Amino acid sequence: MSTQEESLKKFQQRIDADEKIEPRDWMPENYRKTLIRQISQHAHSEVIGMQPEGNWVLRAPSLRAKKILLAKIQDEGGHGLYLYSAAETFGVSRAEMIQQLQEGKAKYSSIFNYPTLTWADMGAIGWLVDGAAIVNQTMLAKCSYGPYARAMLRICKEEGFHQRQGYEIMGKMMNGTPAQREMAQDAMNRFWWPSLMMFGPPDTESAHSAESMNWKIKVESNDKLRQRFIDRTVEQAHHIGLTVPDKDLKFNKETMHWEFGPINWDEFWTVVKGNGPCNHQRMNHHIHYHNEGAWVREAASAYERKISAN
Amino acid sequence: MENLNQLTQWEVFIQSKSGSPYEHAGSLHAADKSMALQNARDVYTRRGEGRSLWVVPSDCIVASSNEDAEEFFDPSEDKIYRTPNFYKMPKGSTNI
Repeated sequence: MSTQEESLKKFQQRIDADEKIEPRDWMPENYRKTLIRQISQHAHSEVIGMQPEGNWVLRAPSLRAKKILLAKIQDEGGHGLYLYSAAETFGVSRAEMIQQLQEGKAKYSSIFNYPTLTWADMGAIGWLVDGAAIVNQTMLAKCSYGPYARAMLRICKEEGFHQRQGYEIMGKMMNGTPAQREMAQDAMNRFWWPSLMMFGPPDTESAHSAESMNWKIKVESNDKLRQRFIDRTVEQAHHIGLTVPDKDLKFNKETMHWEFGPINWDEFWTVVKGNGPCNHQRMNHHIHYHNEGAWVREAASAYERKISAN
Repeated sequence: MENLNQLTQWEVFIQSKSGSPYEHAGSLHAADKSMALQNARDVYTRRGEGRSLWVVPSDCIVASSNEDAEEFFDPSEDKIYRTPNFYKMPKGSTNI
């Protein structure tokens, strides 16, 4: 057996024994590459995800709502930082990751390419989008790469409030005027399907799944996670009087799961490829403010050089 | 030029309550000690997770490697007489 094969065998044994891999440990090149891609895209999603919500800070309906929204957005920024740090443990620089994002070489979650048209969208995002993210991230907290798993644990703890504040908004609006109920249902109609798409393509078509499962980069499949989210969320929707916009939705008493209609994967791929409603807006905004903040980074660097010279 | 604007990387350790050990929380970028402390507070303790923080430049940390773990920790493997259960106490003795 070559040294390479032997290392790979040892690595797989460690994974199978549920050991965590740490930055200085030997790892296959593809494990490293996959994780850099996945963690950096996860970080980008947190950062870009601040934009749709930022749209409503100045129009929040009360001081309470505004404080909560600001705290949530600050959390997303913090989560981006945890994740960039986790990716940096592979020796890739933050500047490099941001450059890849801005050049369109690295993706972020497509859900953030949808516009936030009404205040109810803040409810739908917290409840559905963060709800879906929590299902995914609870799984990722068991990931084999130590720094990623640890960042996920911290993020999951913090995101509990995100989902609850979203559901509270939806519940309040469903208890309000007919116009408010209509607004909440409209947000539900627009965000339901894109939320289901957040779990990625079906298992039969998911390009990276098999190897990732083998290395415990992910420990459950896209379809399984999607079903878990649906089962949890449908009842919550019904509880506050919202209709799930799926005419095929029905409860199967034998499997104890909600069965759902076909997902429009053409829409998913259109948005992934850059042609969603807000792709350009999100990226232009990111580049604009990144450039506008360049002087801050330069000043901090100049200061660091000055004090280290003394 | 942009690539140089990374600042120093620091590791953050949090003490959650008085008397507890400092535990590693994650890392961040900062230009100096006070910026590192402030960033650590803002990034890692937004919900009262800490009552005290340590920040350490990442390149000051020396770590053992997993590959050498077996040999490295070998000296402690065959010394069970360092644990209390190794010893047989006289029959009937108490409070020991």
